[in-house]
Amino acid sequence: MAGPAILPSRGLQALVDALLARGYRVLGPQVRDGAVVLADLTDIDALPLGVGDEQAPGHYRLREGGAERAFGFAATAQSPKSVLFPPDELLWRGRRTDDGFSVEPASPADDPDHRPVAILGARGCDVAAIAVQDRVLLGREHVDAHYAARRAGAFLVAVTCSDPAGTCFCASVGTGPRPRAGSDLVLTELADPHRYLVEAGTPAGQALLGALDTTPATPDDLAAADELVADATARMGRTMRTDDLPELLNASAESPRWAAIAERCLACTNCTAVCPTCFCTGVQDVGDLTGALDERHRVWDSCFSQPYSYIHGGAVRTWTASRYRQWLTHKLATWTEQFGTSGCVGCGRCITWCPAGIDLTAEVATIRELAEAHDAVAAGAPGGAPTDGGAPTPGGLR
Amino acid sequence: MSVDVAPLSTRPAPARGPLEGATPDARPTLAVWKFASCDGCQLTLLNCEAELLALADRVQVAYFPEATRAVVAGPYDVSLVEGSITTAEDAERIQQVRAQSGTLVTIGACATAGGIQALRNLADVGELAAAVYPRPDQLAYLARSTPIASHVTVDVQLYGCPIDRGQLLEVLAAVLAGRAPRLPSGSVCAECKRRGTVCVAVADGLACLGPVTRAGCGALCPAHHRGCYGCFGPQDTPNGRSLATVLGEGGMAAVDVERAFRTFATGAEAFRAATAPPIATGASPTDAAAGHGGRP
Ligand code: SF4
Ligand code: SF4
Ligand code: SF4
Ligand code: SF4
Repeated sequence: MAGPAILPSRGLQALVDALLARGYRVLGPQVRDGAVVLADLTDIDALPLGVGDEQAPGHYRLREGGAERAFGFAATAQSPKSVLFPPDELLWRGRRTDDGFSVEPASPADDPDHRPVAILGARGCDVAAIAVQDRVLLGREHVDAHYAARRAGAFLVAVTCSDPAGTCFCASVGTGPRPRAGSDLVLTELADPHRYLVEAGTPAGQALLGALDTTPATPDDLAAADELVADATARMGRTMRTDDLPELLNASAESPRWAAIAERCLACTNCTAVCPTCFCTGVQDVGDLTGALDERHRVWDSCFSQPYSYIHGGAVRTWTASRYRQWLTHKLATWTEQFGTSGCVGCGRCITWCPAGIDLTAEVATIRELAEAHDAVAAGAPGGAPTDGGAPTPGGLR
Repeated sequence: MSVDVAPLSTRPAPARGPLEGATPDARPTLAVWKFASCDGCQLTLLNCEAELLALADRVQVAYFPEATRAVVAGPYDVSLVEGSITTAEDAERIQQVRAQSGTLVTIGACATAGGIQALRNLADVGELAAAVYPRPDQLAYLARSTPIASHVTVDVQLYGCPIDRGQLLEVLAAVLAGRAPRLPSGSVCAECKRRGTVCVAVADGLACLGPVTRAGCGALCPAHHRGCYGCFGPQDTPNGRSLATVLGEGGMAAVDVERAFRTFATGAEAFRAATAPPIATGASPTDAAAGHGGRP
């Protein structure tokens, strides 16, 4: 593979044009309704030039960013999950016939726009999350055919994060700010003059890069990119200690902290919807009035919803404390047993978009403190009584 | 409020199940009843323009004064009941409606939670009547506005002010097919995220009741850059106190937070309890005192 190259500022339009010419639907970051979201892109002037963002628990605002930057913001409001694993997917249609019924599986043509997608501007966390979803949805005995079809056709142009937000912690979990393997191309936006360092990660990326007007990157270009990465790493808004997580959470099933979180948690499901790795869904049948046509859809669901834990006779997780515990423990502990990787890529979306501002990094730290205090008491050490954390859990969580 | 001239007979209500048609006409019968309400939910049925012909093929509209004067005597396979119970006459009439109905579906915030008129439940209704009417002694009313389910067994509830057209059609299709309707019970937020709306609470600081409100409208208001007003009433696990705290911490005065919870579904216990006793906030009443949409 040829080495890193430099794409001039306006050369990005040639990249978009090349993707469009190859039949891709190009999605890229754009400002809409006060946030940066992924939307159809044909013209690079639609990118959020000079726009930054401010993210904190339960808080998101756009702000002025670096004047020359087209990617000077952090995670978009929703991740590429909303494209590759859409919120509502038609699975099949059933039709009443004279002697029973017939079933037609959904086909790609059911999508109004069924071109393969190219995602421009995915971040390190997004690329890592796609790798996690690949394991979950493609790496097991029953492959998710709908996801597989979208994923096989997809082209990823990742961008190194220069301006992490207050809720970001990809550096703690090793997914960024420089995107790891998995993207077709990785761009790093450099200033003075404005240009992009481009690295190919796959043969498809290499082929596309070869078709663009670039110059070889110099050692100075590479040094500038390294400096940008070091600077972004230093400005990461949050950290999370991960080495003890499965043991800690598996041992904290009866932590008093779950009840304290449930005082605040709205059981609204926003965290799971915005999380780029959460994959829980439900099926819905939609019948028409004539009774002749029925459609089965797969829609996003969540472990925070009551019906999600419904088994015969009622819901298992009736109390919000048990839902938050399920979510956090799956994400950071049992996910590892199940899929061989953590379910958290450190994007911070669940923190930003939680209307109650619940912060999983802070909750993990509190649960760890409580566990250590509990252990200290058990060991007879002085001053180790649990402090904050609410009432002890009554009779186990339901 | 006018009293319906109800074509009630003493025939027993038909059995529930897939509807084959209980009348000589092969189609199942549909009746629409009004109690204390504004008629907006019934009109949702007439707004199903594209589906009306298909609907007329499948059901016989037997009693629907808003649409037709033609009346077919009961009993009725499906009854849609709009409005809350606010008078002694209505408390009696709903019993007759129940007795005449196969599947009874309540429609709207009035029928499911008592409606905006349930604000009287939080006050001395005699004082209110005296403040409004020159001769309050001529009024006959109950002290409380109550939902239909406080009086009779209800088979399906459709929430909202007004109800959602798609949900109404889903219920009718389900009842006709003899299956359970699929109606979400979780939060409006889930629908917001599915349609890709940017959260107006997080990204713009608008007061939004979506996290505690039952889904079903498709997250209509946030899609038009409004906070949810909570017209569908509480979701299945509502944490009103947490949301009230969040709104207060965002700078909304306690009185405004209380008013936000006291609109269409004010009669719902979870919304009442959200602000009782009043939560403490530092702010003073603002011009968001209209009760909704205030930016901190
Ligand atoms: S758990 Fe939160 S921070 Fe981790 S990947 Fe999901 S949304 Fe991002
Ligand atoms: S943690 Fe936050 S976003 Fe998630 S369900 Fe609870 S309140 Fe909603
Ligand atoms: S706008 Fe309202 S309903 Fe939508 S996600 Fe935000 S809080 Fe929930
Ligand atoms: S968003 Fe809220 S107020 Fe608006 S229609 Fe839906 S439930 Fe009603």
